[in-house]
This record gives sequence, C-alpha cells and structure tokens, in this order.
Amino acid sequence: MVLTNARFSLRRFWAMICKEFLQMRRDRITFAMLLGIPVMQMVLFGYAINSDPRHLPTAILSADNSVFSRRIVAAMQSSSYFDLVRTVDSEAEAKRVIDNGEVQFVLSIPQQFSSKLVRGKQPALLLTADATDPAATSSALSAFRYFAAEALAGEFRGPLSYLQRQGAPLQVIVHPRFNPEANTRYNIVPGLIGVVLTMTLVIITSLAMTRERERGTMENLLSTPVRPLEVMLGKIIPYIIVGYLQMGFVLLAAHFLFEVPLSGNVLLLLVVSLLFIVANLGVGLTFSTLARKQLQAVQMAIFFFLPSILLSGFMFPFRGMPRWAQWIGEMLPLTHYLRIVRGILLKGNGLAEILPNLWPIALFLLVSLSIGLKRFRKTID
Amino acid sequence: MNNSAPVIEVEGISKIFSGKTVVNRLSLQVERGEIFGFLGPNGSGKTTFLRMLCGLLRPDAGGGRCLGYDLLSEVEKIRSRIGYMAQHFSLYDDLSVRENLDFMARIYAVPKRRQVVAETIEQMGLEPFAGQLAGTLSGGWKQRLALAACLLHQPELLLLDEPTAGVDPMARRDFWEQVYALTAQGISALISTHYMDEAERCNRVAYLAYGDLLTAGTAEEVVSRSGLSTWAASGLDIQELAARLKGVPGIELTIPFGNNLHICGTDSGQLEQSLRPFMSDERFRWQKQETGLEEVFISLMNRQARGGDGSH
Repeated sequence: MVLTNARFSLRRFWAMICKEFLQMRRDRITFAMLLGIPVMQMVLFGYAINSDPRHLPTAILSADNSVFSRRIVAAMQSSSYFDLVRTVDSEAEAKRVIDNGEVQFVLSIPQQFSSKLVRGKQPALLLTADATDPAATSSALSAFRYFAAEALAGEFRGPLSYLQRQGAPLQVIVHPRFNPEANTRYNIVPGLIGVVLTMTLVIITSLAMTRERERGTMENLLSTPVRPLEVMLGKIIPYIIVGYLQMGFVLLAAHFLFEVPLSGNVLLLLVVSLLFIVANLGVGLTFSTLARKQLQAVQMAIFFFLPSILLSGFMFPFRGMPRWAQWIGEMLPLTHYLRIVRGILLKGNGLAEILPNLWPIALFLLVSLSIGLKRFRKTID
Repeated sequence: MNNSAPVIEVEGISKIFSGKTVVNRLSLQVERGEIFGFLGPNGSGKTTFLRMLCGLLRPDAGGGRCLGYDLLSEVEKIRSRIGYMAQHFSLYDDLSVRENLDFMARIYAVPKRRQVVAETIEQMGLEPFAGQLAGTLSGGWKQRLALAACLLHQPELLLLDEPTAGVDPMARRDFWEQVYALTAQGISALISTHYMDEAERCNRVAYLAYGDLLTAGTAEEVVSRSGLSTWAASGLDIQELAARLKGVPGIELTIPFGNNLHICGTDSGQLEQSLRPFMSDERFRWQKQETGLEEVFISLMNRQARGGDGSH
C-alpha cells in the first residue's frame, strides 16, 4: 500500500517536470518553434520601422532668462513635437529625468546666451536626447534646428536687424545619449527578448495545458493522487527554463552578432525577467482554461500577442502613439518590460530606475496568475 | 480495514449537469473481490457514476464510501488506492510505453519504481513495445498498456470504463483473463460495458438507463426478478413474423437474433396462449427457452420509456 498523504509531493512534481521535458523533446514542431522564433524575429527585425512621433516630453534647464530664450521655449511649446513637462535646476537633475525615462529631451540654455547672441557670437543650445529609440527622436531633432532659428528671426528687428544678415544666429548642439550612432538595432534587439518571451510562452503554456484536456489525458491525470498545484507548476517550470534559454540566446546574439553594447547589469535583468516570464505564463494558463481545443488556445494567444507587439513600443515609438493606444499599452506587461530591458542594457539602469516599470509587471503577474489558478481549479471539478 | 465490508457503498448519489439529472439517486454496493458489471445505453450515466467514485466529479446529492473512505471528504485516499481506466485512451501518445508507465509510477510514488515498471511490462507482455510510442500501438495493446498503468500502484479496486470498446475478440478474451487473474488476488473490479457476453462474465450486474438504476444483482437474480418468459422461433421469415406479432396480447417484446426471433412476455400462460395460433406455421420451429440478460435489459428500457416506474 502506497501512502501519499502529503499536501504537495516533490516526487509527483518532479514526475510532471520530467514528463513535460520528454514531451517537449518529442514534439519536433514545438521544439523548432521554441528555437526558431528567436532566430526568425532577429532576422526580420533587423530593419526598423520609422515613424514620426510627436508630443515628446521635454524638460528645460535654463541659465539665461531673456526674451530670446523665452521665445525659443515658446516656439518649442507651440510646435507639436515637444511637450514641456517640467523645468530642471541642475545638470544632475537633467541626467536623472532622462535616465529614468521621464522625459525624452532636455534643452539646456547656457549662461549669457542672450548677450552672446546679440554680439553675434553664435551661442550654442544643447539639446540632450534619449536616443535609445532613434526613430522616436530623429524628426523632432531636425524640426528643432529649423524652428529655433525661425523663432529668433522674429526678434531681430529694429536695432537688432543686423543679426538677420549674419546667417545662423545660434548653434544647436545635439547630444544623443545611450545610442549616439542612432543605430536602430540597439533598440530593436534588446526589445526582442521581451517579444520572443511573450510570443512563445503564452502560446506554449496555453497549448501544453489544453493538449492534456483535448487528448483526454487530463482525465487520467486527475484520477491519480496528483494535486492541481503540482500539475500546474510541473508544467510551468520547464517553460521558465525555456524562457531563460531563449533570453540567453538573444542576449548572446545581441552582443556578438549585432554588437549591441550591454552596458548594464545583466544579472539584474535576468532576475527581474522572472516576473515577466511568470506573468506571461499566467496569461497562457488562463487561456488554457478557457480554450477547449488547442486551436482556440493559439487564437487567444495571438489575440494577446498582437496588441503586445504593436502597442508596447516595440514596433512603433511608444510616445508616437495616440493617447488611447498608450493607455492600452500601459496595461501590457511587455510595454514595461521593454523599458526595463532597454533601460538596463542601453542606459545602464539600476534597480531604482526600473522600479516604476517593475511594479506594473508584478501587479499583472498577480492578476494573471490568480485568475489562471482560480479558473484552473474550476475546470478540474 | 474490515475485509468483509463492501468496497463500494453508495446511497442516493446524484449528479446534475445544467439542470439535467445524469445520475439519479443511485444506491449500490459492490463486495470485495467481485467483478461488478455496469450496463446501460450510451448517456445512461455510467461514466459519470465512475467519475464520481474516483473523485473526478463531486456528487450533487447523496454520498457513500469507496474502499471505506468517504467519497466527499477522503478523495485523496481513494485516488491512491484505485485504478481508473477512462473510456478513451488517456495516456500520452508521445511517450513510449516505458515512459508512460514510469510517469504513472512516479505519480503514485510507487516504491522500487524501476523494478515495478519492468515487472509490469513483463507481466502484461508489453516487452516488444517497451520503447515504442504509445500512440503507435494498436487498440488492443493500448488497452493493455492502460490496464498496466492502473495496476502499478497495486490498487484494491479497478474502475474500468468500457475497457474493451473497439477491441478485437482475441484481445477481449485476453483482457478478461487478466481481470479474472486480478480478482483472484482479491482486487475488486467495476466494469462498464455494452457487451452481453461480458455482462455474463461478471459476478453481478447493474443496469442503468438515463440516470436511473433499473436493476442489480447476479444474472440469475436479474432474470428471475424480471418475470419474463421467452419463446424462440427459428426460420427464414422472422421479420414478417415479428410484424404480425406486434400488438398481440401478452407479447411484450420481440428481438431478432439472426434467424431466431425471441418473443418475451411476463405472463407465461398468456404468452403461450397467444403464440399457439402461430405455432401451426410450418416455416418456423418453436422452442421455449431461458430468458437472457439482453431480453431483460431491453424490456426494462421499454418499460422505462413507456413511463413505467422501472420497479426492481
């Protein structure tokens, strides 16, 4: 007589894990998908999709309060490219708001800007840009050069009219941070980590569970002493491992193939990625409790995947999207994860800087996993 | 546990799926070491009843004990002591025979797992297929594998849901030999089936139709309780004879078996009297014979369909 009274049995749990890996290995198409999707996406997204985002949040660091500097700021405000969201008082603060992603640009107006301007000395304006996504900043930058000069031209009247003849009255120095060569791959390739994880994990978990039901093997499984939690964790953990393998693959390719500078703490990325991976597995699990057939599970996964890839800021610069689309985007874990990945890998962000994007993922995880668990229990009764 | 106590003892057990009663206040006892046959048309609630016994479904009313454990509160204990074989093959097609058995043995935490799996493979004659994927086995071997999988943890009770459906006669005979061998070791079995010859192999049978238990007992008990007498007419034109017998008083049902027509009625005197005029027809040979389970079950079904109370 076998006694199995323990609430959670490691042996049974281990049995599930071994079985899942065996099945994963047998299912050639799924296995090919797990490995093939990262490769395919890497090739496909070698190109970038450009667009023309506007209303980019901008901060002003002004050391010169004159009619000219006010005029430039006013011109920025009236252009649709820049939204002045705040002023900053120091270089350090300027660096911070760019690092944590609060603003896309900081315009620095140097001391004695107006006096140099009046003397015809072509003073410089510094526009610092968060250029992790070059597509998001390039058109705003070129527009700025044009309308800064245009705005000042209106002031060059009367005694200052001599300045009109002089050619360019000022220089605009652009300081693109994080991705100075405007290399779109730097933006796309780290983002692929999030996209690949979302795509494969949601689809594969929802399939793995639905397959048990569709083939009738769930009935057999549930007539044994195995507990729901053991079944579920036994199914999830192998895919967490797969998720990490995929991540490692993309990171290696990013580094050696695409020469993306990995300036941040990769270990931190690996740790916070666990939240994201489990959040996606929770979605897959929920889908698997809703779908009756494997086909339905795939359909639902696509339903989740499409908005994720389109509205997360992977395909199009997030700030270039209409407000309603940004709201939807804010609800998707991929949006926040992309910011974290890019933040860590390109900007060298630490835990403090990624925190604002970490808690939404944690919240999503809690919601998706508890719905999944609750529904999963129900399907068993 | 007391060895003379019944292995299954349920009282007034019911299951309702969205307003439809699938199992209706069923009460039943199965004794230790017996093979209990469960018969009834498709959709009669056999599978639902078996699922309630192994804790896959919770009864909506009633309750009982399985192997001495409460059906509602001790499901875990029941599950580790029964072997349930679902109607459809429910092991993994993409795992080999050995891997499937290995997985099930781990799930049941079988001690000396490797040894037990190897022995089971040998006992069930699965050696030639041990490394083959389960999905590629033929129907008979799949069923053998499924039976092997529910024996690994040495259950005290087997719940087999139509185990021989779609299996060839040879494999069916082998299967029954296995079941006899197991019950000889003291294991009890509850088997649902559609085959009358299998019903006759059981120690006791129950007949279930649309959720109601119509009768239960040994084959002899069931037959004698039905009160049916049976005449057989053999000849070539039995279809025509059956048509003429329709509506004749005392004749409850006629069932063709090849060139035989079985004619049954509960009042044997009335039946014989009604048949006498037909007996002069020289195309048929007439013979009184014992009533079989099939006649009883069909008559029970008819009575229930006519709105009778299906009294046992």
